[in-house]
Amino acid sequence: MIARAARGLWRAAVPVLVTLAVWQAVVSLSGVPRFILPGPGLVAQSLWDNAALIWQNTLWSASNLGLGLVIGIALGVETALLLALSRRARWLLRPMLVLAQAIPAFALAPVITLWLGYGMPSKIVTIALVTYFPIASALFDRLMSLPAGLSDLSRLSGAGRWRETLLLRLPHAVPGLLSGLRLAAVYGPLAVLIGEWVGASQGLGHLMLMSNGRGQTALMFAALIALSGLSLSLWIAVEALSRWSEKRLSFA
Amino acid sequence: MIAPAIHMAGSLHAGGRCLIEAFDLTLPAGRWSALLGASGVGKTSLLRLIAALPCAARLDGRITAQDNAAIAPRVAMMAQDDQLLPWATARDNVTICARLRGERPQPDRAAALLADVGLAGHETRKPSQLSAGQRQRVALARTLYEDRAIVLLDEPFSALDAMTRHTMQDLAAGLLSGRTVVLITHDPAEAIRLADSAWIVTRTGVDPCPLPPTAPPRAPEAATTLTAQAALLQRMRLHLASEAA
Ligand SMILES: Nc1ncnc2c1ncn2[C@@H]1O[C@H](COP(=O)(O)OP(=O)(O)O)[C@@H](O)[C@H]1O
Ligand SMILES: [Mg+2]
Repeated sequence: MIARAARGLWRAAVPVLVTLAVWQAVVSLSGVPRFILPGPGLVAQSLWDNAALIWQNTLWSASNLGLGLVIGIALGVETALLLALSRRARWLLRPMLVLAQAIPAFALAPVITLWLGYGMPSKIVTIALVTYFPIASALFDRLMSLPAGLSDLSRLSGAGRWRETLLLRLPHAVPGLLSGLRLAAVYGPLAVLIGEWVGASQGLGHLMLMSNGRGQTALMFAALIALSGLSLSLWIAVEALSRWSEKRLSFA
Repeated sequence: MIAPAIHMAGSLHAGGRCLIEAFDLTLPAGRWSALLGASGVGKTSLLRLIAALPCAARLDGRITAQDNAAIAPRVAMMAQDDQLLPWATARDNVTICARLRGERPQPDRAAALLADVGLAGHETRKPSQLSAGQRQRVALARTLYEDRAIVLLDEPFSALDAMTRHTMQDLAAGLLSGRTVVLITHDPAEAIRLADSAWIVTRTGVDPCPLPPTAPPRAPEAATTLTAQAALLQRMRLHLASEAA
């Protein structure tokens, strides 16, 4: 157990160390000015000096991300279930969903900011929108692909659509939900960044723009590292959740 | 529970093609009927039509129960693929049909049936923790839990090794007796061992086959069984040759 954890840590440490080494080498060998590319040491210093500022902006971005994800996931799951349960809903909503997917949700960020302002609501809506589609479509696809044998079983039992969905389709569709969640974990942080670049008064994306404008390149990199940390924690959480539920449900 | 005889007659079509030209088949009440025949001839389609399940083939004709009551609500089915829920325990797999109907599951009855099929103590195992033979036993227990008068078996044991298949045949013969059972099989030995009546399904119709006069399950090593097996195999080969001609 401990040996495995140590091995995992080692495997994660190697690419980080290599990146740091290459970074330092590029800085030392090329002699680029520090306002173009600060070395790892300078960025670490900035991270330390501005810890409170970075932490505060990280919290802001993280809470936007969390809320947006929760709303996007809830709406996505609800849509997929509604479509799976009702033929009429499928008939009405599916073409709309396909059409809506043709518009890149990221491209709507400026419009949403225009309508909802620089504050939290516009960020949450952007994140929710970006995560909603992958969740809804990945879950819906699995909900509609019940193996033929289980369909037969349900029919012979005389099950209604509701119970069939709850007892057969939904557990069968968990891997679909998980792949939707994995996509959401990638798109979510991107949406945070883009939302804050378009217009915000707080957050890591905002901090990056501000420090860039003021020539505080080290701080910009520090904010970038914090943002990477945020995405990485989200990804690890989703990965752990997938492992756990796939094991519990005996898939894979 | 009164197991009815099932009568089916007509012709079977699929994709603009005639699968079986004309057949008239009475599956006797409370007995095992075996259907043999080349793969693709339409055996599975016949079973699915009896169970009123969606089917690529279309029957020009009729399927009726001797008592004229609806057939589908009295059917339980077991296929080659065990069709268990990978996420549910053996016990929950046995009770799934009841739960799908919104009935309160009876875990004690499920456990008793699992014990009947030789899986006492395995109630909380998942299918992934069971062997193919054990999974097929769970599927049998699930079929028994439904307690239906008509049981349709589509090559249920063909994926099992010889010894496991033998044990499962014994189990099924004992536990399903008194029901109207339709067994699809490609194995003449299985038909001879388990069936009260047997037919070879061909493009032109159904050909009834003579079986030993003893009651099933028949001992596989008995001389009458072995002779009947050889005769049935010979008959199947003749049909195959005449289809090819
Ligand atoms: N979707 C389909 N359209 C046309 N023909 C089909 C379709 N599905 C199956 N069939 C045909 O129906 C026939 C009967 O299949 P099946 O009942 O499974 O045969 P068996 O169980 O005897 O092997 C096969 O020959 C197959 O080619
Ligand atoms: Mg078949």
